[in-house]
Amino acid sequence: MAAYRTIIAVAVLLAVALALPFTVPTYYVQFASKVLIMGILAMALNLVVGFGGLVSLCHAAFFGLGGYALALATPKYDPASFFVSFPFAVGSAALAALIIGALALRTRGVYFIMVTLAFGEMLFFLFHDTAIAGGSDGTFINYKPEVAIAGTMLLDLDRPLVFYFAVLTCLLATIALLTMLVRSPFGHALAAARDNERRARSLGFPIFRLRLTAFVISGAIAGVAGYLAAAQFGYVAPQMLGWHLSATVLVMVLIGGLRSVAGPLIGAFVLLGLEEVLKTATEYWKLIEGLVVIAIVLALPDGMRHLLIAAFGPANDDTPTVTSVAEAKHV
Amino acid sequence: MDLATFGVQLLNAIQYGMVLFLVASGLTLVFGILGVINLAHGTFYMLGAYMAYGIAAATGSFWLALIGGMAIAFVAGLALENVFIRRLYGRDHLAQVLLSFGLILVLDDIRQVVFGKDVHSVAPPAFLSGSIQLTDNMSYPVYRLALCGFCLAIAAAIFLVVQRTKVGMVIRAGAENREMTRALGIGFDQINRYVFATGIALAALGGILVSPISTVFPGMGDGMLILSFVVIVVGGIGSIAGAAIGALLIGLTDTFGKVFFPNISSVLIYVLMAGVLLWRPNGILGRREA
Repeated sequence: MAAYRTIIAVAVLLAVALALPFTVPTYYVQFASKVLIMGILAMALNLVVGFGGLVSLCHAAFFGLGGYALALATPKYDPASFFVSFPFAVGSAALAALIIGALALRTRGVYFIMVTLAFGEMLFFLFHDTAIAGGSDGTFINYKPEVAIAGTMLLDLDRPLVFYFAVLTCLLATIALLTMLVRSPFGHALAAARDNERRARSLGFPIFRLRLTAFVISGAIAGVAGYLAAAQFGYVAPQMLGWHLSATVLVMVLIGGLRSVAGPLIGAFVLLGLEEVLKTATEYWKLIEGLVVIAIVLALPDGMRHLLIAAFGPANDDTPTVTSVAEAKHV
Repeated sequence: MDLATFGVQLLNAIQYGMVLFLVASGLTLVFGILGVINLAHGTFYMLGAYMAYGIAAATGSFWLALIGGMAIAFVAGLALENVFIRRLYGRDHLAQVLLSFGLILVLDDIRQVVFGKDVHSVAPPAFLSGSIQLTDNMSYPVYRLALCGFCLAIAAAIFLVVQRTKVGMVIRAGAENREMTRALGIGFDQINRYVFATGIALAALGGILVSPISTVFPGMGDGMLILSFVVIVVGGIGSIAGAAIGALLIGLTDTFGKVFFPNISSVLIYVLMAGVLLWRPNGILGRREA
């Protein structure tokens, strides 16, 4: 029942995603790329928030590091090689996530929120207050990264259409990787630690290592998103690392629903679409956005799932719920 | 560094720590009693400074700005608790984080409508506007000294209320064990809203008090929010004494960091926080469960 509904939904979405760039003007192709990039970031964050139960407020810092890595790797008058700059960006974000995660995961709950926020802002101030890559003004990336082997151009990322498909590929890879992780024993153990840390610990799960692994993977994927965003806009600024972006992405996660891999992508689409409409309608769009965020928190604690269930009735969850895993092990 | 310079820097550090304490104690009180993490706390610090500018510009009196700003913040706190925050009691941290983030967006734009986004400064009251001559070429503003004294008085008042009064006893009981306090039939839900409003008023007070010695600008709330979090992580959450220790440590680290290591001064307080996390993950005065 639910399975075929899911398959149809996925097929329709994929068809729309593939057909989109051939049917709408370039502006909307670029907007779609932006939505997909923020979707990657939101899905990465959800591995930690939804599946790990840890509210992180520093993922914008990993996102920004990915972008800054590309900016620093790009020479002034030449494009950077994708095969050098991409691993550099992902590696920088993962390393930052390892260090921040190792410190922040010594704490729980509200402390974790405050510590991640503080360390994220430390990175923000590092790029804001020093002369690295233009200080508070940010810096331009004059050339998109070059995907070439031995001088042969493989992909021309300057063309919005090609860039869109490159982003779409990254998105699908992210969904595949996260789905695999969430369904693996690792994912189940991570969720068990979320649902009952004491019980999971007494069952012998290495909680700290599990959470740190999730945090680093999540940070690395956030770095991928930041790399793509910097390549798309040709510009990086410290605001990319600021905690307002982290919180905005958390809103996307909440809208999309915490218990699904691809849900945050829908959240990204809804929130960015809303911003796009509000920005053209009023100067005070943040006020309306704030009210919408408050309304969502108060009225839809499960995000859009709430609306979907109201419209279509409950669907069977295809990811096994963790309580059942934990309960089963307990018995 | 000679003794006079050292003394001036020490005074600066203490004065900075005092303001940090005011703001952070409001935040830690609200978390300790209500169990709500309020990211919009820094926004009220910023609004306090803008209200001080607005009222002082309209009436010419810093004292009216001080009292009026705090009163408005207190009433706004009561209203916010009534409309939004009370719905967060018992909800998870994610809901609290995002609702208060929504509040930040709303309040920021309200500030934009009422005050605009210009940078302002506020004149200190006339009789505090002079400075004391320390040596031939060094002086210290009277206002900063008065600020230290005022903050000390407020801190003492907070300690007295929390430690010595019946209301304080209920507050401490609620912070210790919410369910047990309720089960004993103590009407501590009534106190929630006043604690929240007081926390907001303390944040605004911090903003009002610094308005004569620093510029009033839209982003000042964000910086203060992060600093308050660092103070609380260092000191231990829910503990007023912890907030005091954390605030003084951060004040000293930041002020002397700028003197001795100007290149890395902005990172030093985070290094301090990382050190405390390695040593005592729940803060210097924190309890095991947080």
